[in-house]
Amino acid sequence: MGLWHSLTGRSRVKAPDLDSLFAVPSAAITLETAPGFKPLGSGSVCYRAPAGAAYAAAETDVLALLRAAPDAPEVTVSVDSFGFTWLVSSGDPLDTGGLCTDLHAVNTTLTEQGFAGGLLCTMVPFADASGRHVGLVYLYKQGTFYPFAPKPGSGQERDNLLEMSVRDTLTGELPMEADLQRWLAIWGAPGL
Amino acid sequence: MARSRFLPDTGLTVRMTTVMFLLGGLFVALIVGLMYAFPPQYAPLFAIGGIGVAFYQWWSSDKVAMRAMRAREVSPAEAPELHGMIDRLCALADMPKPRVGISDSSLPNAFATGRSPARSVVCVTTGILQTLDAEELEAVLAHELSHVAHRDVLVMTVASSAGILAGMLTRAAQFGGMGMRRSSNNGGGTPAFLVALALSLVVYAISFFLTRLLSRYRELAADRAGAHLTMKPAALASALTKITGEINTIPKRDLRASSAMNAFFIAPAVAGVSLKTLTSTHPSLEERLEQLAKIQAELSRPTG
Repeated sequence: MGLWHSLTGRSRVKAPDLDSLFAVPSAAITLETAPGFKPLGSGSVCYRAPAGAAYAAAETDVLALLRAAPDAPEVTVSVDSFGFTWLVSSGDPLDTGGLCTDLHAVNTTLTEQGFAGGLLCTMVPFADASGRHVGLVYLYKQGTFYPFAPKPGSGQERDNLLEMSVRDTLTGELPMEADLQRWLAIWGAPGL
Repeated sequence: MARSRFLPDTGLTVRMTTVMFLLGGLFVALIVGLMYAFPPQYAPLFAIGGIGVAFYQWWSSDKVAMRAMRAREVSPAEAPELHGMIDRLCALADMPKPRVGISDSSLPNAFATGRSPARSVVCVTTGILQTLDAEELEAVLAHELSHVAHRDVLVMTVASSAGILAGMLTRAAQFGGMGMRRSSNNGGGTPAFLVALALSLVVYAISFFLTRLLSRYRELAADRAGAHLTMKPAALASALTKITGEINTIPKRDLRASSAMNAFFIAPAVAGVSLKTLTSTHPSLEERLEQLAKIQAELSRPTG
């Protein structure tokens, strides 16, 4: 947002960057070979659902679109305690490419309806053989990724070492978020 | 390409920009007037003095405001809900996260201050935490973050610099008049300090109304931007209704302590006097609700 826009009070919500999502499948292969994290087959889009009839229609469209395919994934919609909507698609763990296409379809539909400003993040969960989970989170507005790893069994604690090592593994492949303060804690994200 | 549901309010922008230019013109007029009243080489000194005080107010705005409200900064561990909300809103708006403060006051209110978006503080009172539910609190925080994004502390201090200089001159002319009486008034005509006094009083009066007008426009702009950020204009509307309702029912004596901070509050704490519409720092509740209703209609309009 330019200085002139802020001085005249005309800030507008930033448009999301949608295309980086397609780099996830190759990052998934890297995560599987190096630290041994496998995709769980699910992925979610987190956004702010606006009040009103227009969004209700858009949601119906998205769900119909995702469920229309012959090998349709299971799609669920839930709202978290911060009032953000999570749309979760869970399908074949081997088909990360198909998952990304589905998530992209959600983004495009919301953008076409004029709700692009509400997109917060998308999350693809991974797990290793010892049961540790890590979510690869994409921030739409910043166009960057970061890892989110809750410690198994402990209330709300993050496994920062694991997060750092995942970041270092993926640094060459994905644009990773450099500002650690932007690494949002998404407790209770569906699929993690 | 997808259309945006954001409708810019051109009328509001034009009115706001006009007021800002008028305030700038007022400052220049004051300096030019002083150049006639005093030897011209003093004029830069006056200008630097006025701007210097305004600059100091802007530079230290976060510390002064936090101290005035007896607010303390809270860490994510102390206020996880509040930090979580602000984290998400900042990620949505792609802006740096401000520091978060809580002020121990039963008045339901919130304010944002600080010299730049990177050095700003968003502060809420314990009263507002008790009064509002999560959705309404988020709407209020989005309104305050919009103030930060619009650099309203900078805009309002620059806008008031003419008034600040005029206020300083009025004081100086009152005291200086006694000392200057013997030396300066030697050839008839009006003494310089009287001209300066009259001029600064006029400028102060005009600046007072213009800055209040500008403040009301900035509030409306922050309401718009905040409602578009959370996409829930109704939540902001119900928060405003609750806050203004509660503030006006609380006795006046408790309210005076916060009157220095009014321009930065989400709703003014002082109940109306005569000339209310001209001198209030915030637009009326009806005006704000009307704008939010328009945004709600635009958000829920189905695509044709």
